[in-house]
Amino acid sequence: MLLILLGVLILHIIILILLIVSTAASAWSVADGKGTDLWYSCITSNGGYHCKPSSNEDWIQAVQALMILSVLFCFFSLIAFLYQLFRLVKGGRFFFTAIFQILASVFVMCGAIIYTVMSPDDRAHTNFGYAYVLAWVAFPLCLISGLIYIVLRKKE
Amino acid sequence: MLTFLALTSVALLGIVPEQSQAIVIYTGWERHALVGSDVRLSCSFFSWRWTSEDVSFSWTYRPDGSRDTISIFHYTRGVPYLDNKGPFKDRLEFVGNPGRRDGSILIKNLDLSDNGTFTCDAKNPPDIVGRPSSVRLLVFENVPIQAGVITGAIIGVVLGLLVLIVVIYYLMRFLVARRVFSLSVRSVSGLWPAALCQSGFCQGLELKPEPIPGMDTCVAKLA
Repeated sequence: MLLILLGVLILHIIILILLIVSTAASAWSVADGKGTDLWYSCITSNGGYHCKPSSNEDWIQAVQALMILSVLFCFFSLIAFLYQLFRLVKGGRFFFTAIFQILASVFVMCGAIIYTVMSPDDRAHTNFGYAYVLAWVAFPLCLISGLIYIVLRKKE
Repeated sequence: MLTFLALTSVALLGIVPEQSQAIVIYTGWERHALVGSDVRLSCSFFSWRWTSEDVSFSWTYRPDGSRDTISIFHYTRGVPYLDNKGPFKDRLEFVGNPGRRDGSILIKNLDLSDNGTFTCDAKNPPDIVGRPSSVRLLVFENVPIQAGVITGAIIGVVLGLLVLIVVIYYLMRFLVARRVFSLSVRSVSGLWPAALCQSGFCQGLELKPEPIPGMDTCVAKLA
């Protein structure tokens, strides 16, 4: 039992770290020496590393909001898990934790989908960076973690 | 003595305004407008002298990214002269009131090529020493969204909904608990031991004890 709990907790923490790195790293779209993300677009020219704030369009602000919300909800679900671990009745289910975790996965999915659809179509030169891939990896992990919490029961 | 004082005061009155006899011109700092709309560029000045008959206003324009300045408006001796050859041909209108030191102009039907710096220079003879003031015009296709407004709105709405749902959940639990309690009290009007009734236990629950004749117990009825 302790092993299962530990495994679930480690999975949760890994998901939280993935989400934070994905939200903050400047690598959603990469071209040669140029990385764009939700907040800045940075260019490594021979003068150095220059960053300017990314465009203010509505879709990028929506993606920013959804990624931040997913990080927040994953964090809330971690706190709810630790709280329910000590206060839940025997045989109870971790409902709050599961709800927050599933909401977090839904937000990551929405954010990644919006970014995929609306990012500028320049496929000849730009590819998707690792932060984008991390967001897509975090979504199923988060969903699975949420489902595990629904199934998990508190034993003695 | 008195003449000495009079002479010094006249000299002071003559000297002090000399130094502050610069004309100060006020325009805005920046103006934002949409393509196709009109914008009013205001210009007024402060001067220690009365507004003279020969007051003059002139506006010059420097497009963004260019180093040439062209003159687009001049008002002198009571007659405004508008641009009739340059980029603002037929689009300028003088809406100022020189008598009230206002030299504002109105530019109609803006275009993206009107982005630039407009400089107003006013002269109020004999008060002519002053620095012209510039206003920057920014023309947009559509109203730009500020960075972070939509982000903040989405986050605020979702967190607000979350707080609302949690509050409603706990409120419902609290209310249901109370209703369950009050229901169970109303349905009990059975036999209570006499000692309990006399000690005032029933009074708190709006029940009053009625002793059953011939028995040691009493019945609690709703008050």
